[in-house]
Amino acid sequence: MSLLTWRKIVNGVMLTLTGVCTVTTVAVLFVILGLLLYNGASSLSWNFFTQLPKPPGETGAGMANAIVGSFEIVGVAALIGIPIGFIAGIYLAEYEDKKFASVVRYIADLLNGVPSIIVGILAWALVVLPFRHFSGFAGSVALSVMLIPIVTRQTEQFLREVPLALREGALALGACKWKMIATVAVPAGSKGILTGMILGVARIAGESAPLLFTALGNQFWGNMNEPTSSLPVMIYRYATGPYEEWHQQAWAAGLVLIAMVLTANILARLVISRGVSVPRG
Amino acid sequence: MASQAAVVETPGRKRTSSQTGDLIARLITLLFAISLLAIALLLVFQLWIRSGPARERLGFGFLFSSEWNPVTEQFGALPFLYGTVVTSLVAMLISVPFGLGAAIFLSELAPAKVSNGLTFVIELLAAIPSVIYGLLAIFTLVPLMREYIEPFLKHTLGEIPIVGDLFHGPAYGVGYLTAGLVLAIMTVPFVISVSRESLLAVPREQREAALALGATRWESTWQIVVPYAKLGILGSVFLGLARALGETMAVTMVIGNVPAVSASLLAPGYSIAAVIANEFAEASGKIHPAALVELGLVLFALTIVINGLARIMIVATTSKGSKR
Repeated sequence: MSLLTWRKIVNGVMLTLTGVCTVTTVAVLFVILGLLLYNGASSLSWNFFTQLPKPPGETGAGMANAIVGSFEIVGVAALIGIPIGFIAGIYLAEYEDKKFASVVRYIADLLNGVPSIIVGILAWALVVLPFRHFSGFAGSVALSVMLIPIVTRQTEQFLREVPLALREGALALGACKWKMIATVAVPAGSKGILTGMILGVARIAGESAPLLFTALGNQFWGNMNEPTSSLPVMIYRYATGPYEEWHQQAWAAGLVLIAMVLTANILARLVISRGVSVPRG
Repeated sequence: MASQAAVVETPGRKRTSSQTGDLIARLITLLFAISLLAIALLLVFQLWIRSGPARERLGFGFLFSSEWNPVTEQFGALPFLYGTVVTSLVAMLISVPFGLGAAIFLSELAPAKVSNGLTFVIELLAAIPSVIYGLLAIFTLVPLMREYIEPFLKHTLGEIPIVGDLFHGPAYGVGYLTAGLVLAIMTVPFVISVSRESLLAVPREQREAALALGATRWESTWQIVVPYAKLGILGSVFLGLARALGETMAVTMVIGNVPAVSASLLAPGYSIAAVIANEFAEASGKIHPAALVELGLVLFALTIVINGLARIMIVATTSKGSKR
């Protein structure tokens, strides 16, 4: 066999292999969705959305409190995290002092990479320890700490994509800088910034590790000052529990959670950010 | 004349008020930017303070002891460190070749439209919550590993000397290998998307020059394009590794939660994140929570170093390469 044929064979084989890698990876997503649909749909019922968890053996159990709890915890986390991240992002994009801004940027990236369980320890030390009890609010603090660096970096990146000419135009017309930012730069980058915020919220909505010892969990209704149930934590507890009914409930909860997270992702990426490239964290 | 004077005067006054407005806006945004630094410092401070009792009591022996028994207050980090590192290495061993292969396909072969579509799907994979991976792993991957894959590995690779030590013992289904496999699936999207970015940042001329010299498509890719982007690719590997080290839920659900050090990949083990997830809420006394926080501190240091390296590498390649 000549060297050339050999090289052509290697070429063909390796290029095919790269295709196989891609197809396999993409297939994994569909396998995951398929398994969730197959196992989750059968145990999903109206009760799931309206009833409280019940002891194993009783029928008609649901996760209404966990669904509401998730929305509460994530909602409060978003209320804390989005404004802080957004304004910090404006600083990085618009007012940077070169050195200090690059420090903040680097810290934001590092915070982004801190394992979520460690963020949970921080919230435990800051909120659970001083008040001496677990609470939904502590969970929100943990999730907001995760959200802030995400929103900061996304806001910064999308503001940077706003053309310089737009800013200069506003400044030349006599606008002062903060008015230029508020009325020109931010609206121009708003689609991307909104996308970034939705993606960030979708990401923290699926977190369970930082909630395990902050929001803990609750079998009943409760307010944010008490231990609060959330969907991801319920999935973990029910999937690792010993009862078949729990497993069925965990599948149903998994289907609901993934439906919410993927809907937010697809909406944000396809609809809102049409024509805007989404940078990856 | 009077009106003219007013016209002259007004802009002057406005400018000073707008300057103070700007100053205030600048200070406010600066304050929020500083809050990020404050969070980071608070994190380090709290991890240090809260692990104090354990550090004083256990000293450096903590890192090398493999005894973990909260009842007798014996705490050793070794089984958890070992489990965290082994599962992450198994994960990278699988996800790096796979991810790099897919990234090459997406950046070099696939037409832009197909590539973007597939990348979108792969990024959705990264958006799936880790507890969902754990749920799927417990009910589908674990039985599969126990019934088919682990017995198969034992009968094939397990017979080979030395390598066989990695694949002996009973097939539980849960253990280092299963956890590593789940982590591999979870880290692949990160490896792919960052590697693809760095490959796309390689100037077109590099490829054209290689092809013009008679290289095949694969040779130009493997010998020219990939080495050119190697820093970014290495960055993606480190980014994936940092993810794998800190991953909690999926690992907790499939690693077996046994604080032991085993040579066999089929054996159940434990990881740092998993033990914190399992024991922290119920930890009582002074030393137990502190020991768990100290484990967290070790994990934090590990991921910070690896993430820091990854960021530097990724920034170096994307700023060096041609801006697309």
